Amino acid sequence: MNTDSLMINSTLKQLSEGLAKAEFTSAELTDAYLQRIAATDGDLNAFITVTADQARAEAKEADALRAQGKAGPLTGIPIAHKDIFCTQGVRTSCGSKMLDNFTAPYESTVTDKLRTAGMVMLGKTNLDEFAMGSSTESSFYGPTRNPWNTEVIPGGSSGGSAAAVAAGQAPVATGTDTGGSIRQPAALCNLTGLKPTYGRVSRWGMIAYGSSLDQGGPIARTAEDAALLLNGMAGFDHKDSTSKDIAVPDYTADLDKPLDGLRIGLPEEYFGEGLNSDIAARVEAGVKELEKLGATVKRISLPRTRLSIPAYYIIAPAEASTNLSRYDGVRYGYRCEAPKDLLDMYTRTRAEGFGEEVKRRIMIGTYALSAGYYDAYYNKAQQLRRLIKDDFQSAFAEVDVIAGPTTPSPAWKLGDKSNDPVSMYLEDIYTLSVNLAGLPGMSVPCGQVDGLPVGLQLIGNYFAEAQLLNVAHQYQQVTDWHQQTPAFG
Amino acid sequence: MEWETVIGLEVHVQLSTNTKIFSGASTRFGAAPNTQACGIDLGMPGTLPVFNENALRKAVSFGLAIDANIGQHSAFDRKNYFYPDLPKGYQITQMDHPIVGKGQVEIMMDDGTTKLVGVTRAHLEEDAGKSLHEDFHGMTGIDLNRAGTPLLEIVSEPDIRSAKEAVAYLKKIHSIVTYIGVSDGNMAEGSMRCDANVSIRPKGQKEFGMRCEIKNVNSFRFVERAINHEVERQIALIEDGGTVVQETRLYDAELDETRSMRSKEVANDYRYFPEPDLLPVEIDDSYIEAVRSELPELPDAKKARFQSEYGLSEYDAAVLASTQDMAYFFEAVASKSQEPKLSANWVMVELAAVLNKSNTPISESPVSAENLGQLIVRITDNTISSKMAKAVFEGMVEDGSDPDTIIEKKGLKQVSDTSAIEAMIDEVIANNPGQVEQYRGGKDKLFGFFVGQVMKASKGQANPGVVNDLLKKKL
Repeated sequence: MNTDSLMINSTLKQLSEGLAKAEFTSAELTDAYLQRIAATDGDLNAFITVTADQARAEAKEADALRAQGKAGPLTGIPIAHKDIFCTQGVRTSCGSKMLDNFTAPYESTVTDKLRTAGMVMLGKTNLDEFAMGSSTESSFYGPTRNPWNTEVIPGGSSGGSAAAVAAGQAPVATGTDTGGSIRQPAALCNLTGLKPTYGRVSRWGMIAYGSSLDQGGPIARTAEDAALLLNGMAGFDHKDSTSKDIAVPDYTADLDKPLDGLRIGLPEEYFGEGLNSDIAARVEAGVKELEKLGATVKRISLPRTRLSIPAYYIIAPAEASTNLSRYDGVRYGYRCEAPKDLLDMYTRTRAEGFGEEVKRRIMIGTYALSAGYYDAYYNKAQQLRRLIKDDFQSAFAEVDVIAGPTTPSPAWKLGDKSNDPVSMYLEDIYTLSVNLAGLPGMSVPCGQVDGLPVGLQLIGNYFAEAQLLNVAHQYQQVTDWHQQTPAFG
Repeated sequence: MEWETVIGLEVHVQLSTNTKIFSGASTRFGAAPNTQACGIDLGMPGTLPVFNENALRKAVSFGLAIDANIGQHSAFDRKNYFYPDLPKGYQITQMDHPIVGKGQVEIMMDDGTTKLVGVTRAHLEEDAGKSLHEDFHGMTGIDLNRAGTPLLEIVSEPDIRSAKEAVAYLKKIHSIVTYIGVSDGNMAEGSMRCDANVSIRPKGQKEFGMRCEIKNVNSFRFVERAINHEVERQIALIEDGGTVVQETRLYDAELDETRSMRSKEVANDYRYFPEPDLLPVEIDDSYIEAVRSELPELPDAKKARFQSEYGLSEYDAAVLASTQDMAYFFEAVASKSQEPKLSANWVMVELAAVLNKSNTPISESPVSAENLGQLIVRITDNTISSKMAKAVFEGMVEDGSDPDTIIEKKGLKQVSDTSAIEAMIDEVIANNPGQVEQYRGGKDKLFGFFVGQVMKASKGQANPGVVNDLLKKKL
């Protein structure tokens, strides 16, 4: 059989069925993906580390499990992990020079659960340094390119994961989302990405950027695949006090539910100034499809949307500024050469070990938390955060799901926004407020603009992941945008 | 000018949990460096703290013991600063919502006077590691075994007016935390550490003077010396026309002086903010009541009971109730002897002298409570005199044997047999005819002489009461 041609367009679901029917083994599948990575990653740079030997060993184990009749839906399926999840015995760099030499002595809960479910890790994917960015350009390991057009960015910060899945280097991948870092690269690479409710997926072993915002989630080709992967990722973890002890449903159970009577809200703030008009048209067309499926549409307002940018760019850097204090050259990670004293060690280690965007956010965050500025910045931002939550709660009194664009524009050219951080921050306008409110959100492919994919964003109420996946899956039953693949490679 | 000293103390008490406040690593003292530090304690990327419920229980227990408000809604904050033995670059502590709110403790001075000292708050936090400056050839070694050890920081109101009061307050806190079992109180191992905020003001003035913080004074003795030294320094400075500047000073026990560590101007901006990795702690009434029901009798309640039940003086009751071990020992002696006042005297005077001399804790007393009680029984049943009891006690200290064995062995039994004593009296009267004549002539003072002679004849074993009675009759 020819796994090569099969896999590039295959979903996790199809591969799982193929493995179950013994059409191919996990070892064959894993080899095929490793070959694909070897052949294409020189152009894409989606991976920081490829764990080929470990992957082959895990694939063998998965095949052995299957032979014993102990295989589940994820057993033997290869996966790429964002290099923000600690993986025992494997370098976990977080895209930073600071952790270039860091081999994690423990496993993150997410990767541990997926490994226990029998998934095979192909490697660790590229990201913006410490997940700070929307383009995967700030990585110490160089930018990742978008398989739809290697001149443009894949989005970020989970750009390596998105590019890998879009290019057929992996059927699914993990990502993390602090302000849009799953949904935006999913949108820009024509994938289905879901950021779960804050507390749904454990943060243990996931290197922190903004602790109150960070959340891991799946990046996949379809909503069904995302549901299957989320089944393996979600759940309470006593090692993460902010994870919620709420039972995890089978996220595939409701996929086929009809959408009759579903109330969809379209926030006027998501369709105003700044939105690319072609994207607006694609999103509106997508919403029309949902109406045809039985949903009703209502115009709503999320008046504080605009304020999510200043609120986010205070809170996330404030938390980041202290989360990143541990990188001091004392215990692990980068240490400058021949420090002459303690202060010299601190200052040079951090000056040399961190990149520009990380340093910028540490400076912003430190400033915002400083005596005399705390009330004006951090406290104000927390107030805004509460108001933004209130906006959503008012909206969810009237509608079940909120729909809109994931991004205001399609992927931009590499380097275009590198010297203009604020214009890059503005690209997060539709995704940030979801993290500030702690809600689940997802992005689903809804067409292309100038040959580049764009996404339809669906936002649900707390722990309504199953409902979002249901809506997305139904949408994907009547559209084929998600099946389109780049001409790359 | 007459000056008044104003002192507030911050006492860090290490809570005696088996594991750390935010990780499962052991808190055992004295292990090889960095063998009791897990990924959380090392501040590894991606690790997260999980709050140890036992630390909460102990903090609430302390709060109830000082009659404080327990914060129903308590929360953790990050205190940010860089230091090599602070692994995360921040300490998890509590700023705005401590577990324990306002409370108070009663302190007692040596002269028996008492005073209430307010406790502003007590909050939970994690300890840092240790920097080791020796043996690393100009480099610094870091030992993170202590990092993450749970501390309760107890902050007093500026109610303390002298170094002696400060010591009394510290001893009281020590007594409470060891009583209720929230800390081993071992000061040598750093289980209790203290920072003192010291200022002076002209007597009668309401406003506080500028204060200095003296860091890490870690024994009762050093607290007193450090504060006295600092007060003298401030008085000399002001009387010389200078002013006290707000600063942190370190006490040097070897030189018996404080010296400046850092002034306010270069003080850190700790950038406190709510710890996003931990949920706020909600404490409900049923939890508080459950902790309350587990509290042992507290020092103040025990003191009051010793006064009413045993008729002890306030001072004696306070001393005997000051530690669980002492109170336990005393009650065992009193129960055996059925003579609480005599028991109190023996424990506080004779036994205390022996223990102090050899620096032995009462829990390891060479004389058991049972035996000391029995000794008192032998005094009250007239087997031995009080004076002989001291000799017996010395024997008990020496080899730990029971009083009856010693009385028997040394032949110290008191003679109360009237015929034997009468015989001795007759002999004394016969041998001292001159004195007998003088006494009978009205020289009453000579009675003591006769008592002495009889006691001498009995080698001290005659019962003095019986001797007195019989002598009066015969003379």
